[in-house]
Amino acid sequence: MTTTTHAPFVREPGGVSRSHGTSSADFARVLGGTTSESSEAVTLAGATPLVPAHPAEPTGTQRLTFAKALNLGLRRALADDDKVLLMGEDIGRLGGVFRVTDGLLAEFGEDRVVDTPLAESGIVGTAIGLALRGYRPVVEIQFDGFVFPAFDQITTQLAKMHYRSRGRLSLPVVIRIPYGGAIGAIEHHSESPEVLFAHTAGLRVVSPSNPAEAYAMIQQAVASPDPVIFFEPKGRYWDKADVDLDTVTLAPHGAAPTGLDRARIARPGTDVTVVAYGPTVTTALKAADAAAAEGTSLEVIDLRSVSPLDTETIAASVRRTGRCIVVHEAPVVHGTGAEVAARITEECFYHLQAPVLRVGGFHAPYPVAKIEHDYLPGLDRLLDAVQRSLAF
Amino acid sequence: MSQTGTPADAPRTAVSTAPQSPAATPGGPAAAPVPTTDGRAAAHSSSGPLSDGGLVQLLTPDGERVAHPEYDRYVAHLSDEDLRQMLRDMVLVRRFDTEATALQRQGELALFAQSLGQEAAQVGSGRALRPQDHVFPSYREHGVAHVRGLELTDLLRLFRGVDHGGWDPTSHGFHLYTLVIGSHTLHATGYAMGVQRDGAVGTGDPERDTAVIAYFGDGATAQGDVSESLVFAGVNQAPLVLFCQNNQWAISEPTTRQARVPLAARAPGFGIPAVRVDGNDVLASYAVTAQALERARTGGGPTFVEAFTYRMGAHTTSDDPTRYRAAEQEALWRRRDPIDRLRTYLVARGALPDEFVASLTAEADALGEHVRTQVRAMGRPSAASMFEHVYATPHATVEAERAWFESYESSFLDRAEGSPR
Repeated sequence: MTTTTHAPFVREPGGVSRSHGTSSADFARVLGGTTSESSEAVTLAGATPLVPAHPAEPTGTQRLTFAKALNLGLRRALADDDKVLLMGEDIGRLGGVFRVTDGLLAEFGEDRVVDTPLAESGIVGTAIGLALRGYRPVVEIQFDGFVFPAFDQITTQLAKMHYRSRGRLSLPVVIRIPYGGAIGAIEHHSESPEVLFAHTAGLRVVSPSNPAEAYAMIQQAVASPDPVIFFEPKGRYWDKADVDLDTVTLAPHGAAPTGLDRARIARPGTDVTVVAYGPTVTTALKAADAAAAEGTSLEVIDLRSVSPLDTETIAASVRRTGRCIVVHEAPVVHGTGAEVAARITEECFYHLQAPVLRVGGFHAPYPVAKIEHDYLPGLDRLLDAVQRSLAF
Repeated sequence: MSQTGTPADAPRTAVSTAPQSPAATPGGPAAAPVPTTDGRAAAHSSSGPLSDGGLVQLLTPDGERVAHPEYDRYVAHLSDEDLRQMLRDMVLVRRFDTEATALQRQGELALFAQSLGQEAAQVGSGRALRPQDHVFPSYREHGVAHVRGLELTDLLRLFRGVDHGGWDPTSHGFHLYTLVIGSHTLHATGYAMGVQRDGAVGTGDPERDTAVIAYFGDGATAQGDVSESLVFAGVNQAPLVLFCQNNQWAISEPTTRQARVPLAARAPGFGIPAVRVDGNDVLASYAVTAQALERARTGGGPTFVEAFTYRMGAHTTSDDPTRYRAAEQEALWRRRDPIDRLRTYLVARGALPDEFVASLTAEADALGEHVRTQVRAMGRPSAASMFEHVYATPHATVEAERAWFESYESSFLDRAEGSPR
């Protein structure tokens, strides 16, 4: 039986870790040391036994859901750096309410996949402390609407520590937030609060749009020396696509087009630039298909990063097309679209053939699920904006 | 309760996990109830948060050493020289406090938060730390900063407005001041969880085993983050000391606006042992902190220490305590001055030679001069420094705004070279 003393990585004679929940073999493997023969699983009182799993390293190109791609990206981050740890509510035995961390507790143990108390400020606050001690915490906030108890720790503490210390301290903390709607959820489970964080200096705010991007970007976020707010479009968690698991993770920041803070052209086109990120990239690609059938060529830009914004890539596209539409689920008022519109107006005013248009949520709380598709920027609303832009 | 996790080799000294009764105070009450100006005197009852019941005390306000069955052993090794050094710490920090307050009055500092009256709680607890321990202060822990070896004038960079921090937190194991009340208690808890993961707890190696201490006040105990710290520290058995200086005032609000019970009484509900100590008694503050740190380092988990003290000065230089508290109360606590208490004790022992006093006076005067000179020489950061360290790696928005700003600034230089703007 375990003690309640928490002494990770300290093995007692006999080979059984004093830490509950994992075998000494797990810790030895995590530390890169020799593995004890003992594989006895130590159990928490009243919990089902935890059987350590040692799955083979996933390789090659596999067809994966968005959630599984994130899972494998996190798994690789954990395997590559023993300072990486995951924290959140229900992320351990349950594997997260969306199963993004499924199986990782069994593989990496309770000190690295941490089921936390149900307190978001506490989760982020202790993640900051762990980062100050040299760890790289990856926090899961269970749903977008539940991040606000942690808002103070994120915007006041996490965002500013590097600045306040004049660069002496860094906080490489990732905060994963499943966000967005279209899943028929009850209130507080469908929001898109990304600009509240993008408005805060010191935070990077990114959102992947497909499984391959998710796999690469989560690893880049973990590798970043800055705090990264990582918005996961939960409505796309079950979308499937091919993911090359052997992709070498590239430096998170810098000039390379694969950098975490660079936008990508998801589909080239000539008539209208459609700027999207996260869940609306798929919407924009569908719109491009529909528009193409009627002879209109849309260029779809996947922003990938809301902070910083890759203005250069957007402006280069708009100089070619002369028209720009920004689409996101978040309310348009004071939103990412407003920022893009202002920047494009400043950068390439004389190239514009029409005002920059915004398509997104309304200035109302996220509505009840039965009418959420009237709130969300779907295919029809986006195509309507394309027509308005072309008609200007 | 939480003691189930204590290894066999950890100290088994009993710390009450229940509110303690006044009868447990060996040295007698530290303070008599004093009404506030607004008629909230009823709150100073024997069971409320301003109760003086159950305080660990080794030196009475009259400077008399009283025996304590549990805590004597934690101070038994302290020599007269050690005590003189504690006196020196407290005298120097008070001089620093006085100088900084004067500098604010002269317009050299934007604001200052005094530690006046809390020197014993800070120096006593701080002297119990080891070099590898890590401190998460609030914003008036100048006494702890001093014993951690910080250059005291670095603390004033924040208050002068030339820096948001001012020192390297890693070099002295002393984190930056945190102005948002209670937020740092969670950072301390997380840091302690990292110490556990590093295997720096319970090894028996005195140079490796590490504790973390968070300082906060009575007002902070009402913050959710402090309660969450107690939850996280408790369930993780983190090597943490939660050191609450109950100075009886959160700006204008007495502790009775934060709690109905002694603050230490909250901790047992989280499975965390607690102790109340006379915070104006430097020896007792040392002893209870040493015990709590030892528990943390040996794997016995967190401890909540409530140091009952008094904020003798204003909250900050912007505050006016005459609006909310009685002069009689301040006078009473001046008679319980923590420095006088230790000085009286040393004099009675014949352990305070005139040469030491003279030397300390000269040292304090030199410190005062040093503080005045250093603060006035702090200069002004360059305007463009506002763009530095926003991120650890370049961020396009910051880079673009910095480039614009520098271009804008240089346009003035081109127009009127060398002239002040």
